[in-house]
Amino acid sequence: MGLARYSRATFLRELALILVAAVFCLPLYLLVAIALDTTAQSFKTPLSFPWPPHFGNFAQAWHAGGLGNLGHALESSLIITVSSVACLLVLGSLCAYAVARRQGRLSNVLYVLFVLGIILPFQLAIIPLYVAMRHLGLVGNYAGMILLNVGLLMPLTVFLYTGFIRALPRDYEEAARVDGAGLLRTYARVVFPLLWPITATAAVLVGIIVWNEFFVALIFLAGTRYQTLPVALYNFAGEYVARWNLVFAGVLIAIAPVLAFYLFAQRQLIRGFSGGVKG
Amino acid sequence: MDSFRPVAEAARGSRSAAVARALRLRRRRLGQVPWALALPGFAALVAFHFAAIGFGAYYAFTNWNGLAHSSWVGLRNFREIVDDASARGALWHTLELAGGFVVLTNAIGLALALGLNRAVKTRHLLRSLFFLPVALSPLAIAYIWGWIFYYQGALNRVLGSVGLSSLKRDWLGNPSTALWSILVVMVWQFSGLAMVLYLAGLQSVSEDIYEAMLVDGASPWFRFRKVVLPLLAPAMTVSATLTLIIGLRVFDQLKALTDGQPVGATETLALEVYQQTFYLLRFGYGAALALILTALITVFALTQLALLRRNEQRL
Repeated sequence: MGLARYSRATFLRELALILVAAVFCLPLYLLVAIALDTTAQSFKTPLSFPWPPHFGNFAQAWHAGGLGNLGHALESSLIITVSSVACLLVLGSLCAYAVARRQGRLSNVLYVLFVLGIILPFQLAIIPLYVAMRHLGLVGNYAGMILLNVGLLMPLTVFLYTGFIRALPRDYEEAARVDGAGLLRTYARVVFPLLWPITATAAVLVGIIVWNEFFVALIFLAGTRYQTLPVALYNFAGEYVARWNLVFAGVLIAIAPVLAFYLFAQRQLIRGFSGGVKG
Repeated sequence: MDSFRPVAEAARGSRSAAVARALRLRRRRLGQVPWALALPGFAALVAFHFAAIGFGAYYAFTNWNGLAHSSWVGLRNFREIVDDASARGALWHTLELAGGFVVLTNAIGLALALGLNRAVKTRHLLRSLFFLPVALSPLAIAYIWGWIFYYQGALNRVLGSVGLSSLKRDWLGNPSTALWSILVVMVWQFSGLAMVLYLAGLQSVSEDIYEAMLVDGASPWFRFRKVVLPLLAPAMTVSATLTLIIGLRVFDQLKALTDGQPVGATETLALEVYQQTFYLLRFGYGAALALILTALITVFALTQLALLRRNEQRL
């Protein structure tokens, strides 16, 4: 962007936007304020910020709910998200490498099929998948949930990688091949490192989707000790109806990791979503 | 000697052509990436998407309950859906929510993007703020809004303190306001997503064109209509399609806040699919509902894509 003049109109526009942003952030203010309230405060003066803040709600929320509590759920969410994302990045980038580098009809058809896989909702697919995976003992454990995440998010991952690899020159990999490096070695040493920007973007986007996923996790993990944060939060909020200070402490615990992550990963996330605009 | 030059050049030319051909051959032999690399990804696509949807579509025509053997019942599940007021309501609410969501999210997102695009000094900070909710769990966000809409919650307290007590109500417990309250939650969370997509589109609007039009004294509406809008068309295509898909699939916010209540006023297809299949174990009926949802999303998204793409070319 060039140097646009900062006129009076711009100043007024900026002021208006800051006002809108302040109103927009009110729900987040309320979240923090009420999570720090005592129960009495949360009913009497919920809108004002409590001073001194009351941190006891967090300890109570952390331990409530036995085996499926928020503390355990945080661990489950971490294990499931990290494993799912790792598998998706490896398998998705390999798949996209073939789709992007092969030319011709088959490659185009495959690309369209992957895009269609992004658009199709999983509400129908999940029914037979649940039946099949129950037979295979893959309901209510990490392995099943990870497998499911990998399967469901493969199209998005392949789509992101394919767009990037198509724009990547072939010179480096060809030089490596001519020098006698094998295919997989070329891929691991030359191609994959070049994919770093899209790997970061895909990891953040897919990671956030897996972390926040609720519908599938509710079906496959609810009531087990492996339930993820959204499922544990759902049970917790159901148990403490109308104890808003506790519920909000639980909500803050559940979103805190993403909030912290957002500070340095928002650029990747924005790039992940807006990939389709430029491509 | 001069007469030899063309011959020498021809020889050199044919030699370099031969080298190029050999290089190309070697390149093809070495550089061809085997399809085997695509196998795991392709297997996932087939197993978890196309085959699963195929089996699910088959269930939709059976009376399976997840345990005993099932039999083919033809269109009975679909007839039941058509005859059932709550299932019809779910279909209708899904369309209302998704329609309102696409229009409002894109309108607000576009306005924010245009406001933030140039010159504004705090634009990076503001962009981060507006986009933040997109990264958060829809379920967690729903609970925050649950308190805002609660009878003794923020909205009613504010209304009371500005002398509008007559407007106070149980926003999520009242059949005429519950669905629209849910819509507010969704729009608040995802307007930042549309904004980011439009900002990406605006980056392609060249400063030179824009300033040339300013110098020429083109009216703001003319500038918007003739310069900005055509360049925003691809962003609009992506944003409208993405928000449509999110809107039609909506589940988390409803499960957290109303679970379809009051009196079915916030029942949607995704909620019904969950309830019928995994709570009542009516796999056949649930699959029929899910098939309708799948058809809706596929038809709407592909039609919208096609229409918007055509407009893109016309603008």
